[in-house]
Amino acid sequence: MMTEDGAILTWAIDIAFILLVLAMGLGFVRMARGPSLPDRVVALDLVTILAVAFCALFSIASGEAAFLDVAIALALVAFLATVAFARFAERRILRGPKSDQSGGGR
Amino acid sequence: MTEIATSILVVAGALFAFAAALGVLRLPDVFIRMHASTKAGTLGCGLILVAAAVHFGETGIVARAVAAIVFLMLTAPIAAHMIGRAAYRTGVPLWKGTVTDELAESSATDKSQGTD
Repeated sequence: MMTEDGAILTWAIDIAFILLVLAMGLGFVRMARGPSLPDRVVALDLVTILAVAFCALFSIASGEAAFLDVAIALALVAFLATVAFARFAERRILRGPKSDQSGGGR
Repeated sequence: MTEIATSILVVAGALFAFAAALGVLRLPDVFIRMHASTKAGTLGCGLILVAAAVHFGETGIVARAVAAIVFLMLTAPIAAHMIGRAAYRTGVPLWKGTVTDELAESSATDKSQGTD
């Protein structure tokens, strides 16, 4: 009985790993071809949140609770990166000489 | 029993995370994409963190997982707000099916009633 439960957990962790990696791939596709800078920032935000989830999942898979600390630190860094990028995007385009057009790549 | 609960939480969280990524890839415009990434992404990540808390079941680890969830729920709306404001103010085009743009209407009336 215990072994069956363990097997269920192993299967669930494998499925979740596959789904998370696929999700990260989709996020990277959007980051590569997002037409404007805010698109890329949204994709980056999603990918870092997925990395936090990945750390939590890996802590379950490996039985090492220390990876939860990694997840917390990664969440902190992700928030700072997103806010900094958002302010950078806003300021870079508002300050530019011919401002109004799009938020194009460069 | 704990294993079954952990399994369900893990798979549900991964499904939500995958749905968020699918939405970010497929939806038509920055603001609609943000709708997918912030809410579904936070829910998926939170479910997996809850699964970690259930799996280990020790006080310190549960506290850490809860701290991570609370932090995510505090920061995700702030980050989304800042990205949305940056996107709107830098003039990212809206989707052509957008029905209403109340911010543009209110700023237009401000300008027409203002000093200039």
